[in-house]
Amino acid sequence: METILKSKNSLFRSDATQKLMAFAGLIALFVVFSIASPNFFQFSNIIGILLATAVNGILALGATFVIITAGIDLSVGTVMTLSAVMTGVFITVMGLPVYVGVLGGLTTGALAGFINGSIISRMKIPPFVATLGMLYIAKGLSLVISGLKPVYFNDTPSFKEIAMGSILGKIIPGFEVPNAVLILFGAAFIAHLILNKTVLGRYTYAIGSNEEATRLSGVNVTFWKTAIYALAGSFAGLGGVMIAARLNSAQPALGAGYELDAIAAVVIGGTSLSGGEGTILGTIIGAFIISVLTNGLRILSVPQEWQIVVTGTIVILAVYADILRRRQ
Amino acid sequence: MTDSSLLELKGVSKAFGAVQALSEVDFRVRAGEVMALVGDNGAGKSTLIKGVAGIYSFDEGEIYFDGARVQIHSPKDAASLGIEVVYQDLALADNLDVVANMFLGRERIRKPMRLDEESMEVACTETLQSLSVTTLRSVRQAVAGLSGGQRQAIAVAKAVMWNSRLVILDEPTAALGVAQTRQVLDLVRRLADKGLAVVLISHNLHDVFEVADRITVLRLGRAVIEVMASDTSQQEIVHAITAGTLREVPGMVN
Repeated sequence: METILKSKNSLFRSDATQKLMAFAGLIALFVVFSIASPNFFQFSNIIGILLATAVNGILALGATFVIITAGIDLSVGTVMTLSAVMTGVFITVMGLPVYVGVLGGLTTGALAGFINGSIISRMKIPPFVATLGMLYIAKGLSLVISGLKPVYFNDTPSFKEIAMGSILGKIIPGFEVPNAVLILFGAAFIAHLILNKTVLGRYTYAIGSNEEATRLSGVNVTFWKTAIYALAGSFAGLGGVMIAARLNSAQPALGAGYELDAIAAVVIGGTSLSGGEGTILGTIIGAFIISVLTNGLRILSVPQEWQIVVTGTIVILAVYADILRRRQ
Repeated sequence: MTDSSLLELKGVSKAFGAVQALSEVDFRVRAGEVMALVGDNGAGKSTLIKGVAGIYSFDEGEIYFDGARVQIHSPKDAASLGIEVVYQDLALADNLDVVANMFLGRERIRKPMRLDEESMEVACTETLQSLSVTTLRSVRQAVAGLSGGQRQAIAVAKAVMWNSRLVILDEPTAALGVAQTRQVLDLVRRLADKGLAVVLISHNLHDVFEVADRITVLRLGRAVIEVMASDTSQQEIVHAITAGTLREVPGMVN
């Protein structure tokens, strides 16, 4: 009976070291930038970092599920854009209430993910190819539906508040944390619960760990894979609503490259591209490492081009550290 | 003897195109006994087992389970009869812990969607204890960190957890060392002692004679002999596997 009390979370114990390393890396970055520039560790700058992480973090949450199944979703960036455009169409063009537009954006993402999952699990097309196709489809649809022009939300000021308003600031005067940050942490908490406490999460790990054994154990792998991609699509849809609210407009040309930032965050956070391993906490830490780096280097006046070079280096180093850990 | 068989196959055949994998095979196993199924590569062992497990359907022949004629067309049919198969390499998901593996596909859910970890952990611990699988450090350990023998024990325990009545083990000791083979064979024996019917497929005749009560030899898709393990010897079984007859046993010579 002792074992019951002992170790609730040891299913993920193998990830603990990686998470610790990633977390230590994040702290180290904070310390270094704080020493290097007095402007870094300021309330407004920290809020800026949190806000900059919101969209990428939300996309990375969905990508975490997919990557744990040993899959990949290249379409999250352009699906985000399509969801933003659809939200714009619902609210601005069709004049529907804001909450209907938000739901429409989420549904758009979920639908794209559902199609991804169906193509992968029923037509047996590799995830890389299926979601590459969806990347183009969503990108094209965004341009077609928007008529190549941004959709603005100027007539519905409440929409912008979803990301840029501050419920916390109203409760605690002066503590103006934008809603986008709360939504990021709320979404991360929900993702964590789904991944660790539900059958869907359990099968996410099982499929990534040994798909054939999962099938032989009687799990309907086709159904659950589709559900997992649909979930990832829903997070992309949420990302679309967030970026539209933040920019107060849906920009149809935006979105390319976002999928790579999301994948980078997941990988830095210790999720293995070969599947079966990974955590939401790791992904959130990974997303913050990217935005702290970008922010800190900008404060130190390092040119933006070099920030991208540094991000790439960090991705490689993080994975190499993971490989070294496994060898031990 | 026939009336006490838990599973009985009568005259089952299976062809893949021009290849006759099984021809009119009779096979039976009783509750509480270990029946070894031996034969050379291509003798039809896997085909026979996959027919019982519902992965293939037999072309001809009848299946009786607990005395009643049954049809097995899918793994679900087999599972609902209480037939479980432990496959050689495909049984476990390495990254999941012992509890998650044992309940994979049959998780207990607390409303609304939450996994009932406590109850699964208790049931898992009880099952392992009842099978005297005691070498585990923790049931919350990832399966990847277990020894080959422990993994096989978990795979077997997973199969017997579901009130199964017939457990089929496909080469359970193939990849194991001496001590671990010992553990698994002891476990196989305990399953039969608990009243389950056990079918053991093995190439290792030493293992077979360790635990089996009876032995069925398949050769070129036919059941050439069925014999009590205590009435025969390794040499005779080898002869049956290669030549198709059992020498020097009175009343059993073809």
